[in-house]
Formats: sequence, structure tokens, C-alpha cells
Amino acid sequence: MLKTFSLGGVHPAENKFSAGQKIEVLPVPEQVSVPIAQHIGAPSEPVVAKGDEVKVGQLIAKSTGFVSANIHSPVSGKVFKIDDIIDASGYKRKAIIIKTEGDEWDESIDRSEDLITEITATPEEIITKVGEAGIVGLGGATFPAHVKLSVPPGKTCEVLILNGVECEPYLTADHQLMMEKGDEIMVGTQILMKALKVDKAIIGIENNKPDAIKHMSELAGKYPGITIQPLKVQYPQGGEKQLIDACIGRQIPSGKLPIEVGAVVQNVGTTLAVYEAVQKNKPLFERVVTVTGKSVSKPSNFLARVGTPLNQLIDAAGGLPEDTGKVIGGGPMMGKALSSTEVPITKGSSGILIMPDEMAKRGKTEACIRCSKCVSVCPMGLSPYLLMTVSDKAIWDRAEEEKIMDCIECGSCSFTCPANRPLLDYIRLGKGKVGQIMRSRTK
Amino acid sequence: MNRLTVSPSPHVHSGDSVKKNMYGVIIALVPALAASLYYFGLGAAIVTITAVVSCVFFEWAIQKYLLKNDSTIMDGSAALTGLLLAFNMPSNLPIWIIIIGSLVAIGIGKMSFGGLGNNPFNPALVGRVFLLISFPVQMTLWPKPIVSQAHYLDAETGATPLSVMKEGLANGETVSTMMSKIPSYTELFFGNSGGSAGEIAAAALLIGLIFMLIRKIITWHIPVAVIGSIAVFTGILHLVNPEVYAGPLFHLLTGGVMLGAIFMATDYVSSPMANKGMIIYGIGIGVITVVIRVFGAYPEGVSFAILIMNGFVPLIDKYVKPKRFGEVVKTAKA
Repeated sequence: MLKTFSLGGVHPAENKFSAGQKIEVLPVPEQVSVPIAQHIGAPSEPVVAKGDEVKVGQLIAKSTGFVSANIHSPVSGKVFKIDDIIDASGYKRKAIIIKTEGDEWDESIDRSEDLITEITATPEEIITKVGEAGIVGLGGATFPAHVKLSVPPGKTCEVLILNGVECEPYLTADHQLMMEKGDEIMVGTQILMKALKVDKAIIGIENNKPDAIKHMSELAGKYPGITIQPLKVQYPQGGEKQLIDACIGRQIPSGKLPIEVGAVVQNVGTTLAVYEAVQKNKPLFERVVTVTGKSVSKPSNFLARVGTPLNQLIDAAGGLPEDTGKVIGGGPMMGKALSSTEVPITKGSSGILIMPDEMAKRGKTEACIRCSKCVSVCPMGLSPYLLMTVSDKAIWDRAEEEKIMDCIECGSCSFTCPANRPLLDYIRLGKGKVGQIMRSRTK
Repeated sequence: MNRLTVSPSPHVHSGDSVKKNMYGVIIALVPALAASLYYFGLGAAIVTITAVVSCVFFEWAIQKYLLKNDSTIMDGSAALTGLLLAFNMPSNLPIWIIIIGSLVAIGIGKMSFGGLGNNPFNPALVGRVFLLISFPVQMTLWPKPIVSQAHYLDAETGATPLSVMKEGLANGETVSTMMSKIPSYTELFFGNSGGSAGEIAAAALLIGLIFMLIRKIITWHIPVAVIGSIAVFTGILHLVNPEVYAGPLFHLLTGGVMLGAIFMATDYVSSPMANKGMIIYGIGIGVITVVIRVFGAYPEGVSFAILIMNGFVPLIDKYVKPKRFGEVVKTAKA
């Protein structure tokens, strides 16, 4: 029996159309719009002004707190303006807009393809470097990576868990990265292990990627302490809590962080970024993005600079199909529907999913028949039907009591509901309100 | 270009629907329907058609003329109630009584609470119990299987194994003498005995259960809890005194246990939401059934047991929560 997490879960159609497509380097765009808020935490503060010349990899906005991240220029050229643009959230947010001139990289970046396996940096240097390079969780959550590496006093990390699950249907960026950059990921893993002072790392990969499991297992033989854990295909296995449960059988208590059970989780893409930052002095300004969809003529995995407008990636994948009804940043389960294809990709953009019109609309909502399917699929063991009702009726104390804040917003309940009830929509509403109430209480 | 749809995640759906689940249960009832038609022939056909048609009709009429809301008759739930109601009646029941039963099931049992999803009690059982109390004579005349194939109201009737046992024991007979007067376990398993139209063939009902489990329409918790608790409870009684208390197999294969455990107690709307709650509910049904059968006045108690436990569902849901993630704390080794 393959391992998986213990509660709930669903298995949506995988539709990994872009699987096996080699990572293609996207041409440098003529202009990039780099939002200053592309991570969880405080937005960064621009350190360049209109008219400044910048090189690739140069710091253009700096972190404004512990939970924040630096941002580096993805192109070389001139800062055109710093202005509000509509980003993936659909709201106007501040961004640094740069007009590209050539492709001149900061001299300190090692652009060679050579694999550097020897790790000379000390744990402290690694954490500083990861922070300086502006690395955030590339699985989509965009939580600053250096924060996770800084184990709080009194806690010990026992194991590093790498997320190579890619449980979102359609997406293949991490899969392809493991196939093409396996060695770099392995060295990145060792760097993270050194920073966390652990001698054990587990890379969890779902068994719908047998080639990645095989490839990574072969490589793991060369790197001590790293094991590959094949996992049964089950959504949302890539959720941090679910992945830890699946790999080491420990469940994080409500409201706590992974370190509570002695684990730290990083995505494989993040691990590659760590390798590049520490061994090659390359900050995070580009990433692999899957562009896919049922009607997309050339589903692909692109290496694209942060700030590139979506439509350039879509054009490179064969253009926006005629029947497009929805464009999603991320996967179909947790991704965000976008209002325009002009928005720039950010550090958290794992994919662009283009859905035909007939799949874009939701079914008609019917009465709850109490089938309890939402309860049985909830990976957190909550009662979505009840959370929806109490949120709808604004019974916030009950919502808190029923652990609404434990919801990871994976969408399994709404996905499953035979009556097409918008369970997660209401739960999000309730979470917002209950979170607000809880914060006002601690003040 | 088209305008883009913007909506919150998730952006995909499993494709499951209320309709699929309701028709799934109806398909699961087909083997039992076939057994019913085989043993009771004409009568079973008339009872089934009358109940299904009148349930659907009443739902349609109530929505159109009283509630004035959108019709939901196509979702299959009214037809399912009709089918289950028919399965819970003798196959020689006059049409007018069936129509009254359907009106009570749909009108009082379901629509008065607001329709599908809101009824606290299983509508088909509300209809059945109403009829049992109002027409006790007609509701307890049981046509004999096979010989009544070509008959309806004129079917030759006899007692059910449960009433044979109940009367015998009341008259001071022993379980072993009574067992010789009822069909063998094999005959009971395949349905060759008197009883309500759809409850007799355990084999056919179990096929339906397997189908529903494979299609994930229901989970195992309720049927297993009901059947298991009846088996354990009657098993203990039987061990205490085998001549006064019939064994578990007798109780499981007679009356409405299989139909009740598999199709009536598992009704989505009137059963609990959490697995643990389902088990408590199932055990409650099992225990009450045995208490009524063994110590009560009625020979059969499944319908009453389910209705009583339906009443406990809000309480069970309030206090029995699903197993939460992170509840069992396994923290890091120090």
C-alpha cells in the first residue's frame, strides 16, 4: 500500500497535458511589471526610481520585515515608472515597470551550467543568502523561505520534507523540474538540510509521476540522507499538513506550524532556487510556469522572467483558444481566476490554466441533501456543510468552535458536492470574519 | 475575445449530482424489485406503480399549487420515496390505501418540512407507519410468495416468519418447534417467504448494497452498524436461552432488517453526517429493533426503530463530530 494522508481527499481528473514537455526558455519580454507584493507578508519597498538603469538580478525592492521578501530585477534596462497595475488579485497594486534593454546580468551571478556540489556556506550564511535572494515558496503559497528555515528557539527540526507532489491537476512545472534539474534539487536539498541541521530529508512524489520517482531515486543514491517517498495520488497531498502526515505519519495540531511535529516543508522548485542562490549567487527572478488547458494547442512548461505578461506565455503556447471562458493563475482546485491576460506572472505563478467556456460556469446550486460527502472528503476533518450554514447565518462563535480557521481552502468540498453548493465560498467568508474577530480579541 | 469568467476556486467539479445519487439508489433497488415481481407478481407490480406514480404526482402538485416553487420531481427523490414505500407494503394492499400512504409520505413526511433536504424523518417510513397504525388489518395481511403471482387483492395470505415466531412463543412454544414451521434460512435468504413487497429477498438487497458501496453512494457505516448490532444483541439473547430467543440469522433474514439497514436507514437527509455518528445511529436502530421484536407488542420493529433514531439525528450531529486533523497529537520526539 502506498502512503497517503489519513483524512478525506479527492481525485480530480489529472489532465497533465504538458507532462514531459521540456522546459523552454521564454524570450525576455520587452517590458516587465514587477509587483512589490508577490509574497505572504509585508510588501517590499522599492529601492529604484524612475529612470534608473538596472541589471538582471539587481535588487529593486527590499524586504520590509522578517516575513517579507526582496525583489530583484528580472531584466536589464531602465525603470520606466513605479505605478499601480492590475495584478493577479484583480486589484490595483504597486509595481515596478521596467523597459528591457539587452540582457545584461549582474556580474556576481554564476551563469555556467556546472553543478557545484560542495557546500561551503555555514547554516547562518545559507539562511541569510536565501533571504537576500528573495526566495519564497514556489508551490504557490509564496511564504518567504528563510522564515521557515529559521527554526524558533526551543524547537528542533528532525526532518526536511520536500514537496514534489504537484497534486493540482494540469500542472507539470515541478514534475519537469525534477526530470531536468534533479541534481541541482538534490544539492539544494543538502543545503537546506545543512541550514536546518538535519540529516534526513524525504522527497514526496505522487505515483502518477513514475519517471520522476525513478529518476530522483537513482540520484538520491549519490546524496546521503535523502529518500524518495512515492505517494498514492490523492488531492490535496501537496498541502503542507497533508504531506507531513503522508510522509511521516504526524499531524500538526490545530493552529500550529510544521515545526511542532519536527518537520520543515519546502517545494522542489523552491529547493532549486535555494541551490541557485547559494551556489550560483542567483536571486529569484525567473521560474517555471506551466501553460495548459484542454483547448491549448501547445501545452508547455516555460522558464519565464517574473513580471512577464501572461499573454506572452499564452502566445508561446499557441495563443488563446477561441473557446476560452476562464483563465486561471495556478491549478483548477486552488488557482485564482484572472480578469485579464495582461497581468504579470509573479514568483508564485506555478501555472496558467485556460479553460473552455463550457467548463467555466458552475452548475446550478440545489438544496443540501445531507449526503455527508463534504464531510468525508475534508482533509482537515471539518464539517463543510455546517461551516457554510453558520457562515451564511453569521453565527461566528459557532464557526470558530467548529474550527473554521483550520480550513486549508483546498476546495475538495465544493468539488464533491452533488448539489453544487458553493461551500468554500461561504467558508472563506466565515474565515475572514472569524479571523478578524480573533485578531481583535488578542489586541 | 470572450469576457473571462471570474469566480473563486475550485474551478472544477466532480460531476456528481443529486440526480445521479437518487437514480443510483433506484438502480440498486432493481434486484429487490425483480425479486418482488417474481414472488408476488401482479400485486407487486400494481403496488409499485401506484406508489411511485402517486408520490411523484403529489410532489408535483404540492410544488405547483401550494408551494409555487420550481418542480424537483425530475431529481428522482420522489420516485425513490414511492419505490421504498411500495417495498414496505404488502403486495395486496388496495390502491386507495397506497394513495393515502403516498400523500402522507410526500405531503407530511417531506414537503411540509420544505422538500428534499429538510425532512427530519424518512418520508417513506412516515407513510408506512401512518398506514400501519391507520389500517392495521390491511397492512398485516401478507400474500404467500409464488402462489400469489397472478393475484392482487385476492391473493392467498399467510403469516410472516416473524409473526409465526411471536405468536408461537407467546403460546409457550419453543424456538426449535417454531423454526420448523417457517421457511429455511436458504429460502429466507432468497426471499421465498411472506412479508412486505420489497423486503423479502436478502440476497437481492445485498446486491444493491454492494452496488451502492462501489458507486460510493453510501458508506458502510450505517448498514454494518444496524446489521452488526442486531446480530450481536440477538446472539447474546440466543446464547442465554436458545429456546426462548431466536438466533441472529433468523432476525437478520426476516422482516425489514435488510431493507431497513441498507435502504431506509441510509436515507441521506434523515441520517447523521459524521461516520462515528452513523455508527451510533445504526446501533440505536439495531437495539430498538430487537427490543420491539423480542419484548414489544409488534412482531416487527425496524420502521419504528429508524423513525425513532431519525429523531435523534440533530442531537447526534451536534455532539458527534468527524475525526479532526491533528486531534491525536503526535509531537516531535524531545
